[in-house]
Amino acid sequence: MRNLLVFITKYNAFFLFLIFEIFSLIVYLKYNSFQKASFINSSNEVTGSLFARVNEFRDYLSLKDDNDKLALENARLRNQLKSSFYLDTVNKHKVNDTVYKKQYEYIVARVINNSVNRTNNYITINRGSNQGVAKGMGVICNLGIVGKVVYVSGHFSVVQSLLHKDSKFSAMLAKNKEIGYIEWSDDFDPHKGVMKDVSNNALPRVGEEVVTSGYSLFPEGVPIGKISNLHTKTGGLFLNMEVTLAVDFSNLQYVYVVDNKFATEQAGLEAQQKKDE
Amino acid sequence: MSKSIIVNLLRFVVLVFIQVFLLKNISVYNLSTPYLYILFILLLPFETPNFLLYVLAFIIGLTVDAFYDTPGLHTAACVLLAFVRIIFISITVQKDGFDNEPEPTLSIMGFRWFFTYSLVLTFFHHFFLFTLETFDFSELQFTLSRVILSSLFTVFLILISGLLFFKSKERK
Repeated sequence: MRNLLVFITKYNAFFLFLIFEIFSLIVYLKYNSFQKASFINSSNEVTGSLFARVNEFRDYLSLKDDNDKLALENARLRNQLKSSFYLDTVNKHKVNDTVYKKQYEYIVARVINNSVNRTNNYITINRGSNQGVAKGMGVICNLGIVGKVVYVSGHFSVVQSLLHKDSKFSAMLAKNKEIGYIEWSDDFDPHKGVMKDVSNNALPRVGEEVVTSGYSLFPEGVPIGKISNLHTKTGGLFLNMEVTLAVDFSNLQYVYVVDNKFATEQAGLEAQQKKDE
Repeated sequence: MSKSIIVNLLRFVVLVFIQVFLLKNISVYNLSTPYLYILFILLLPFETPNFLLYVLAFIIGLTVDAFYDTPGLHTAACVLLAFVRIIFISITVQKDGFDNEPEPTLSIMGFRWFFTYSLVLTFFHHFFLFTLETFDFSELQFTLSRVILSSLFTVFLILISGLLFFKSKERK
């Protein structure tokens, strides 16, 4: 017994190392599989509010860019206004609109923490469950899709961006509506994505636009990027192609959380069909 | 003694601040990302007891993790770093030759010792960090190039900060 004690005190550095290392690895692996360790997370109120404070200063640096972007978006929205169209019928009649029901609602949010240079990237935004954000909602910005919400607290949420190993979104070619899905490219380039599983009948061209399909979290037709390289796997049934992403993830400032009003209804119906099979 | 505590506390806050708000945004071609905060563990005094060393490494790792959204990742790497530090110092330094609690800084230990010290420790830390982050040996080549380039960047910053706070009086 005494010999054992002497042994342990003599090599105490090693045994202490084992204890601490095992403890930290448990924390790491547990977080990785369940995304549960919410108390040391940047949606935590302390780090979240610190990031928000620093972001206030940083916003001044990009004021000019933001103004340009807002002006562009204003111009685009103005083009869709009724007043910018010429009215060529004289007799107006009122229509009580019962055909259209609003399906998507947008919640504007500011990015307060962001990364692009790791293998799994997350974005923290300053809107949470108090403002109606919920887990699983899609996130877009004025240029294209950004990712989906994976964790929500009262005032902040964490978004798993498209630049993440597990991100996979339904996409289609803008011209002939051929569907596939979009992923981040294998070489960790924040400007590149890969579109996979497009049917061989589609004849994609370099420069063609890729948009969302409307099958998943996003409304149909939100831009994703442009095809920049067509490399097909030989012998396969499907086409893969490289896509240059429309969004520059390294300077995201404002994003919109997409609230699909019919999401739960659709998910419930599809789950029922799966259960019946 | 109390002076050394205050100095290290200040160093902790400043290094975490620099790491989280400045260096987090810096990366060269997505390959080379500096992790300067390990300088805190490198510069703890020689006399620090092993247990305290592990606790401090654990705390700074957890603090950086909280800002990087990766609970446990930096903590594990920092604990390994503390272990390598104990072994490296026990091999290369005779403990009885010191009187007033010196720290392993560039100005006290000289360039050659400090350079190997920071290079070896940084390499171990970065290697463990990047392999644990990727968690996949199929991307070994990419991970290795990230380890090497990031280590060079970090050591470069460590040497620069060593020269910045160089005190020529202390050298004998």
